[in-house]
Amino acid sequence: MESRWEHFEHGADIGVRGTGPTLAAAFQQAALALTAVVTDPALVRPETSVPIACEAPTDDILFVDWLNALVYEMATRRMLFARFTVAIDANRHLQATAWGERVDPRRHEPAVEVKGATQTALRVVQDAAGPWTAECVVDV
Amino acid sequence: MDLSLLSRRSDHEWVIEPHGRMRVPGILYASEALVADMDHKVYEQVANVAMLPGIEGASYAMPDAHWGYGFPIGGVAAFDPDRGGVISAGGVGFDISCGVRTLYTGLKLRDIETRKVDVANALARAVPAGVGSEGQISLDDVEMDAMLSGGARWAVERGYGTVADLERIEEHGCMAGAEPAEVSPQAKRRQRDEMGTLGSGNHYLEVQRVAAVFDRAIGEAFQLREGDLVVTIHCGSRGLGHQIGTEFLRRMAIEAASHGIELPDRELACAPIRSELGRAYLGAMRAGINCALANRQIITALVRDVFAKLFPGSALPLLYDVSHNTCKLERHVVDGEEKRLFVHRKGATRAFGPGHPELPAVWKDVGQPVLIGGTMGTASYVLAGTGGKGERAFGSACHGAGRSMSRSEALRRFKGRQIADDLADRGIIIRSPSSRGIAEEAPAAYKDVTRVVDAADAAGLSRKVARLEPVVCIKG
Repeated sequence: MESRWEHFEHGADIGVRGTGPTLAAAFQQAALALTAVVTDPALVRPETSVPIACEAPTDDILFVDWLNALVYEMATRRMLFARFTVAIDANRHLQATAWGERVDPRRHEPAVEVKGATQTALRVVQDAAGPWTAECVVDV
Repeated sequence: MDLSLLSRRSDHEWVIEPHGRMRVPGILYASEALVADMDHKVYEQVANVAMLPGIEGASYAMPDAHWGYGFPIGGVAAFDPDRGGVISAGGVGFDISCGVRTLYTGLKLRDIETRKVDVANALARAVPAGVGSEGQISLDDVEMDAMLSGGARWAVERGYGTVADLERIEEHGCMAGAEPAEVSPQAKRRQRDEMGTLGSGNHYLEVQRVAAVFDRAIGEAFQLREGDLVVTIHCGSRGLGHQIGTEFLRRMAIEAASHGIELPDRELACAPIRSELGRAYLGAMRAGINCALANRQIITALVRDVFAKLFPGSALPLLYDVSHNTCKLERHVVDGEEKRLFVHRKGATRAFGPGHPELPAVWKDVGQPVLIGGTMGTASYVLAGTGGKGERAFGSACHGAGRSMSRSEALRRFKGRQIADDLADRGIIIRSPSSRGIAEEAPAAYKDVTRVVDAADAAGLSRKVARLEPVVCIKG
């Protein structure tokens, strides 16, 4: 199946949603949706790699942790990310690499910084047909 | 919101009668039109907050209430630690102590009319704003902890502003009880290079003209006269507050069950005030308040430098600084008994009235200024706290307009360049590093702040004093 990302409406903020054939693919797509809150991911050059690791007791908390780990790296490195590899083992240990570049205000025209991923509208599920969806609202 | 779900107590007071697990009623202060426009989620969230342990009085919603995270934005709730009361990271929000401060300039519109572009360009150069921006100072570990303990007082001691500023900041510029040790290394790392930055989204720095004064006596006391120019800063605790919120929301959600708390919504994550986690959050959150106060103080100094260069002799003293994402320990009378309560204001402004013991001497007779942010194309307002026996919602009022349109929808409908041009035609100069950011913050994406403020006045939450209209706006 095709992997994809999208945004969904939330009054003051914005929802990010990733869909893919595996949990990791859904997380990967949601990460692109996170970048798209700030800028067009196509404008971001995947020049520098950043390793990311996290673990959590449930899939949904792991999803929020994953997005918040990205938010942290974006904030402290002043970077935007455009490409991701994600691996999640049976114990919900996530190992990932995010590729991106330092924010260039002229080229990226970043709209808004993400303060954090929230547990509002948080949902990580596998449909009966097989694909995974991971989504939540992010505070901007 | 379905009005049939509410009991109407007066023109501007609506009640959600206790039902299910609600321990107290929900009370919404707003006009019929504003309540009708509110999302049903506000009803659910006000009712959910009313279910939390130790809540006192009622779960309140201000006229600008909208769907938030667990708590509605525009929500007020107070908890008694002696009755198992809780503290909630969601009830404060990610941007701890986000707030507004207004400075006098001593100038009139005519004094800058021909130099507005110079003012806008100089402010945009001096105050870092937008995604990826960095401040001019970087804090090492020792200075970070000193800042988190000292707030605006720390900033003044480092040369940002004057001692006279401190009396005109809530908590006299320094939130007591901050515990820098409870702030994680990650939160401190996130803040290291962000002191004196404006941020993005709905944060702004504006030069505004006093367009109207509605209450002459209080206007005089606040020294606001029609035609005066002021500067208003809206921002918060930057990355440090966001990281504290992120980390404690997670911990509170995971540990709630161990405290015997059954959460009606997991975003209401909270902990008993008298628990290790509750105490840790309180110490970290208070440090976050100090970070926001220090941040606004540094930006104030940057703004003063700009005006001193362009208008030699200008001083820009402070009118007042208010925060609208906080939890504070306050004394309030509930059912005839005075109690010490932890009052959460999430997107709500403290609005203490005349005679309140916590107010500085300068506002003792008149009540505190309540600063309400608007949009770059409409207006902001200055209100005055009311109070005494008529105090509503533990002395609270609204905080702004609130969005009426999602960011995606605003981006579909508006173009940043066009908005900037339209505003320039109306004499409002906008500077922002992001055209997309301007589109997402389009004035038409917000509710009418005047309706919100009129409702706050009519409901007795605070008194309308002056309307401020933008002349120059710096957005992140």
